[in-house]
Amino acid sequence: MARAVVTVPPQARRGEIVEIKTLAQHTMETGFRRTQTGELIPRDIIHSFRCTYNGTEVYRVELHPAIAANPLIAFTTVATESGTLQFQWAGDNGYTVTEIAPIKVE
Amino acid sequence: MRTTRRQFLILTASTALPATATAQIDPNMIANRKAAFQAALKRVVGDAKVTHGRVKLTLPPLIDNGNSVPLSVVVESPMTDADHVKAIHVLTEKNPLPDVVSVALGPRAGRATFATRVRLADTQTVTAIAQTSDDAFWSDTAEVVVTLSACLEDGLI
Repeated sequence: MARAVVTVPPQARRGEIVEIKTLAQHTMETGFRRTQTGELIPRDIIHSFRCTYNGTEVYRVELHPAIAANPLIAFTTVATESGTLQFQWAGDNGYTVTEIAPIKVE
Repeated sequence: MRTTRRQFLILTASTALPATATAQIDPNMIANRKAAFQAALKRVVGDAKVTHGRVKLTLPPLIDNGNSVPLSVVVESPMTDADHVKAIHVLTEKNPLPDVVSVALGPRAGRATFATRVRLADTQTVTAIAQTSDDAFWSDTAEVVVTLSACLEDGLI
């Protein structure tokens, strides 16, 4: 159900700036919409995203209801050493997804 | 006994009106959203001065569907330990909530760039604010025209 896709180049030169794209599957319900009978649909969004490079946090994003459904987050990081990039999404109603991508640095 | 025309009108007027009265749009909505934007701006920058420049906010000038709008922010910065961008914030004037996204980054990001897709409720000005490591604030704005808004049922003006 909860799925996420990350695009990380598998290998990079040391010191190179690599582009990372992440996409999480989520409706991002704003909490402002109503059903046909007029009841407010409760808010259900991903509210935070975190990227760690071998345990060190390199990027953190705080999301609000104004982010479109299936949030795309594209950013860059410096390839310092071989290891793993860990991506974590956290949201309402206990939503958590963790994705791991390996990177090889020469 | 038959209901007279007068009785019928009184009856319908008294039962039909309250139901429609509750479905009114808040008349102070524009003022409230302006105040919410100012409050959000204050929370982000405090009393510091915001200078226009160094930040480039890219949004399509004309948007067919406000539910998914590509947005990207690029900040000119060497991204070294001594001089880097530490936060990027995006705010809107007319969305139900002024905050869109807040990013925390550092020299490990390499470049101060960020891209996502946002929802826009109306034709409005979007503001991006970047905070550098020396606590200076830089900003850029983009005017967008939205033909089909996100959250249509909210009764936009």
